[in-house]
Amino acid sequence: MINSSRGYKVFQVVNVLIMLVVIFVTLYPFIYLAAISFSSESYVYAGEVAFLPKGFTTMTYEVLMKEKDFWTGYKNTIVYTIVGTAICLFMTTILAYPLSKKRLKGRGIILAFIVFTMYFNGGLIPNYLLVKHLGMRNTIWAITIPGAISTYNMIIMRTFFEGLPNELEEAAMIDGMGTYRILVSIILPLSKPIMATMALFYAVGAWNNWFGPFLYFDKQEMFPVTLYLRNMIAGAQQTAVSSGSNTEDLTQIAATVKAATTILTVLPILCVYPFIQKYFVAGVMIGSLKE
Amino acid sequence: MAINAGNINEVELKSSLRKETIKSIKKDWQLYSLLILPIIYYIIFKYGPLYGNIIAFRKYVPGGPVYGTEWVGFRYFEMFITDPTFWNVFKNNIILSVGSLIFGFPLPIIFALLLNELSNGLFKRVVQTTSYLPHFLSAVIVAEIIMEMLSPTSGVINMLIKTLGGEPIHFLASPEWFRPIYWISGIWQETGWGAIIYLAALSNISPELYEAAAIDGAGRWQQTVHITIPGIMPTIIILLILNIGGLMGVGFEKILLLYNPLTYSTADVISTYLYRMGLESNNFSYATAIGLFESIIGFTLVTVANYVSRKLTDTSLW
Repeated sequence: MINSSRGYKVFQVVNVLIMLVVIFVTLYPFIYLAAISFSSESYVYAGEVAFLPKGFTTMTYEVLMKEKDFWTGYKNTIVYTIVGTAICLFMTTILAYPLSKKRLKGRGIILAFIVFTMYFNGGLIPNYLLVKHLGMRNTIWAITIPGAISTYNMIIMRTFFEGLPNELEEAAMIDGMGTYRILVSIILPLSKPIMATMALFYAVGAWNNWFGPFLYFDKQEMFPVTLYLRNMIAGAQQTAVSSGSNTEDLTQIAATVKAATTILTVLPILCVYPFIQKYFVAGVMIGSLKE
Repeated sequence: MAINAGNINEVELKSSLRKETIKSIKKDWQLYSLLILPIIYYIIFKYGPLYGNIIAFRKYVPGGPVYGTEWVGFRYFEMFITDPTFWNVFKNNIILSVGSLIFGFPLPIIFALLLNELSNGLFKRVVQTTSYLPHFLSAVIVAEIIMEMLSPTSGVINMLIKTLGGEPIHFLASPEWFRPIYWISGIWQETGWGAIIYLAALSNISPELYEAAAIDGAGRWQQTVHITIPGIMPTIIILLILNIGGLMGVGFEKILLLYNPLTYSTADVISTYLYRMGLESNNFSYATAIGLFESIIGFTLVTVANYVSRKLTDTSLW
């Protein structure tokens, strides 16, 4: 489309500038925290770090690397993310698949039973008391089981399954294949895009979760890195990092350490993000088709 | 079976239906068996807490039975209805969420329209991909970013204020600043993500419409007003209705991380208040009553929004 009106050209230039500002505003907080994490404490404390590190040092990271609780947190986060994602994917799939089949008797009733919980849920306190009375506190199950199925994700997956061609399955059924085998050896290989999308939705949720562990875990050795960071910013905990050095420098050390911990916590998300973001978008698209 | 349908009475029809159902379950038992675990899960972890709301009407003693010790009727509801703190958090809740809607709703639309005008495809992709990055961050990360940037001593915002000759502001200790901080950080986090759905709607508008308009001599602005905006209007209306349905929801985790007793007067919302009442002060029944009240309002809003949506746009959630 050729459009050479002068006003439109001016608009396009302004538009590009606006977009550059959007990129800057979006990324600036990360640049800022990274700059703090590589700066000397005295410059940070004096309020002189805005874009680039001042008094460049990797000391903060070196100190943090020696911090046992940080590594425990990081390891916990990885374990919770893997276990949580596996449980979620399994549970979501075994519900979404049967519900995608028109031949399932009572499909409408089951669906209504499930969808109702999207709009009316128990609330914080009843959920907490349930987990507590089931004796799940201070176990990994407290943060992986109660959220095993996101009804919204399940509906997205079901929509995807409904869109798969029926012929392969029918042929397999005539060959005498059972549902389990059809699901594992025919449906799942065809569903890689939706499985990747769902895995990413769940994995990001698990990686970011701090409130569940905060509610249900009492022991420091079970804390994920997000909770470690939360306790740091809440000032609820003075880590060995700050108490081990000059007490005078407590606040500014905390600032650099907090920044470094934040950078290390988001780093995995930042690194995989360019490769995975298209799956998230795909997920939103499939979800929106339903609306 | 060659039976005339008219001759079958209802009882026979029902029993033959039942037989057919049993037959189909027997034949397809593997398909049905997949449902067992998820249904048990829904009963325990979704309906369990729903039933757990019963302690809003019963006295719950920590360490006592799960569903409380005795009926107390509406005592806890009367308690919070006469509690001035409750009405203050209710007001804060509404202000924060209505503000988010007013400031946060139009921006993704404007952003999507501007993105759509970019002629360089690669640049467009880069902007878009960057813009929804903040959506994937943990509330803890967002809170830490906010705290660091707003720090009265080392924060970059106060650095700027000092350079311009102002006095540093202790943002997170000032009740009047809490709402802007909440809204602006929400815009930062969600504008790009919110634009995705509009971009999809934009890409569905037929290029022929634009070509026809261009032939008729319509400029870009006229095309935007007469083709683009009407083209995405159904999406805008549906999302607006959905947002109104979700109006009771606020960023509980973000507030919990950012507020403190100094800012309770503007920052405390229903969910944070019931969190403190229930989990910090052990008034479980009282907190549950507040939570149930909030869920009922939320559910009513969704139902009404859904009804309006169905009447206006033929689209509904159920």
